[in-house]
Amino acid sequence: MLNNITIGQYYPVDSPVHRLDPRIKLILTIGFIVSVFLAQSFSGYVLLFAFIFFVSRLSRVPFRMLLKGLKPLRIIIILTFFLNLFFTQGENVWVEFWIIRITREAFLQALFYSLRLIFLVAGTSLLTLTTSPVALADGLEILLSPLKKIHFPAHELAMMMTIALRFIPTLLEETDKIMKAQMARGADFESGNLISRARAMVPLLVPLFVSAFRRAGDLAMAMESRCYHGGEGRTRLRSLKLTRADLIACLVVAGFIALVVCSGLFLPF
Amino acid sequence: MPIEVRHLTHCYSSGTPLSTVALDDISFRIEDGEFIGIIGHTGSGKSTLVQHLNGLLKPSSGEVLIDGEDLNGEHTNRRLLRQKIGLVFQYPEYQLFEETVAKDIAFGPKNMGLSSAEIDERVRYAMASVHLDYDKYAERSPFELSGGQMRRVAIAGVLAMQPSVLILDEPTAGLDPRGRDRILSMLEELHASGSVTILMVSHSMDDMARLATRLLVIADGKLVATGTPREIFAQSEMMTSIGLDVPEAVHLCRELRNRGMDIPPDLYRTAELKDAILQLWSRRKEGPAC
Ligand SMILES: Nc1ncnc2c1ncn2[C@@H]1O[C@H](COP(=O)(O)OP(=O)(O)O)[C@@H](O)[C@H]1O
Ligand SMILES: [Mg+2]
Repeated sequence: MLNNITIGQYYPVDSPVHRLDPRIKLILTIGFIVSVFLAQSFSGYVLLFAFIFFVSRLSRVPFRMLLKGLKPLRIIIILTFFLNLFFTQGENVWVEFWIIRITREAFLQALFYSLRLIFLVAGTSLLTLTTSPVALADGLEILLSPLKKIHFPAHELAMMMTIALRFIPTLLEETDKIMKAQMARGADFESGNLISRARAMVPLLVPLFVSAFRRAGDLAMAMESRCYHGGEGRTRLRSLKLTRADLIACLVVAGFIALVVCSGLFLPF
Repeated sequence: MPIEVRHLTHCYSSGTPLSTVALDDISFRIEDGEFIGIIGHTGSGKSTLVQHLNGLLKPSSGEVLIDGEDLNGEHTNRRLLRQKIGLVFQYPEYQLFEETVAKDIAFGPKNMGLSSAEIDERVRYAMASVHLDYDKYAERSPFELSGGQMRRVAIAGVLAMQPSVLILDEPTAGLDPRGRDRILSMLEELHASGSVTILMVSHSMDDMARLATRLLVIADGKLVATGTPREIFAQSEMMTSIGLDVPEAVHLCRELRNRGMDIPPDLYRTAELKDAILQLWSRRKEGPAC
């Protein structure tokens, strides 16, 4: 029933991209995002596409998984395209009738803006597809830890993220089970008007909340009985180490950004 | 309502890297009035199997026939059939949600569209069946009861629909011996009343020995054996090879026979074995000392 929902879209295979240090991957993703905004010309966009294609090949994540990540945003992308197409001013008029006026400039801008969105989503999807949520939270905690100096709760934030991520599948499973159990007692979640549907959720939500609170209590107790007292002085089980591959990845991405910038400056189109 | 399962196969998350075959070509038939025990180690597919019997899961291939009608057929009224085939999930106490015990038990009958007089009658009947005193518990909150009592309330919630077939997924898991015994004797009475076919999933071979008239043995999604408890428990090598045990009484019976005691070879119920030993004992006392 709920098995078509996947949260945390980690694609579990082994690849050089999967093995990279999560901190590096976070930083490189930011680098990629910057390069998306730096790309100003057609050749820049070709480079961006080539890069996405290359990384997804290397990561052994099927290309259709990336496309799946774009699906929820298709409305926004389409809207971006048409808004830019109709409302950008330009010189070279291609089509003109009634209040609609499409120019070459508008078309290019529409194309670039929507491609930019697509590349942003694809790039960040590659990060989440190749990095397990727990590794991601770990990496984020370390990257944010300098902010602890100004009392930013980096550890607590990462811990909350990890716990929340850990319990999403559990809660989904539980929802599925309770739903089935109530359906076995004749509950109907699928038909009826809005009000009766909302009312039908009560037998699902009450047990779900009861069990979520019970789990939270149990977890807090278990953590406390193992002397958890926050992030201070805490060492890690899996300490992150930079490897040669991380260095190479950094160089590749740095080179790529330079290329994108140069393409904007020196190539004629 | 006989249930017939034909070549049932179920695959979870098919077409993804996480695809698992949970049931593999299972066929069997259940007649009215049987008490079926479904046994198998954890992850063998028992829960998946029972969820197919009232249409909560759809087979990947194969079919489930209820009274000769295909459960997943286009024109089948699955909601109606679910009232006839009551399913009690594992840890059913986690599905309680109403303010009072009586209201929670009334959820099923209410969904059936019964009148309030009928609903009240069903609630009283169901509470009596699970040995919960109506006057004492009907207006209590289900969340302040003990684990065993909550479980009985949840079972009553299914019984109140008066199903012809009652399926229970590990109804005694995690209960203390007394809570467990209450549930088992309740099921024994219910079955003896003759109106209900019962299917029970359990890990406890002793529970099965006490109650079941026939066993289905599942391993890795396949039906590996079916027969009376006596037939099944006689094959203790097969049971061990798929990670299951036989009742304590079977072990004891074999040990005693190995040491030369003259008792029948195929005893599997504790009560039977006790009788056989006592009989032997009294004969020995009368006869010459050995
Ligand atoms: N909702 C589900 N999604 C994916 N796989 C599942 C799901 N439920 C059970 N499984 C898998 O199916 C197999 C059988 O599980 P289950 O029927 O629960 O076994 P049992 O009740 O005998 O312990 C197991 O391998 C389990 O991991
Ligand atoms: Mg189970």
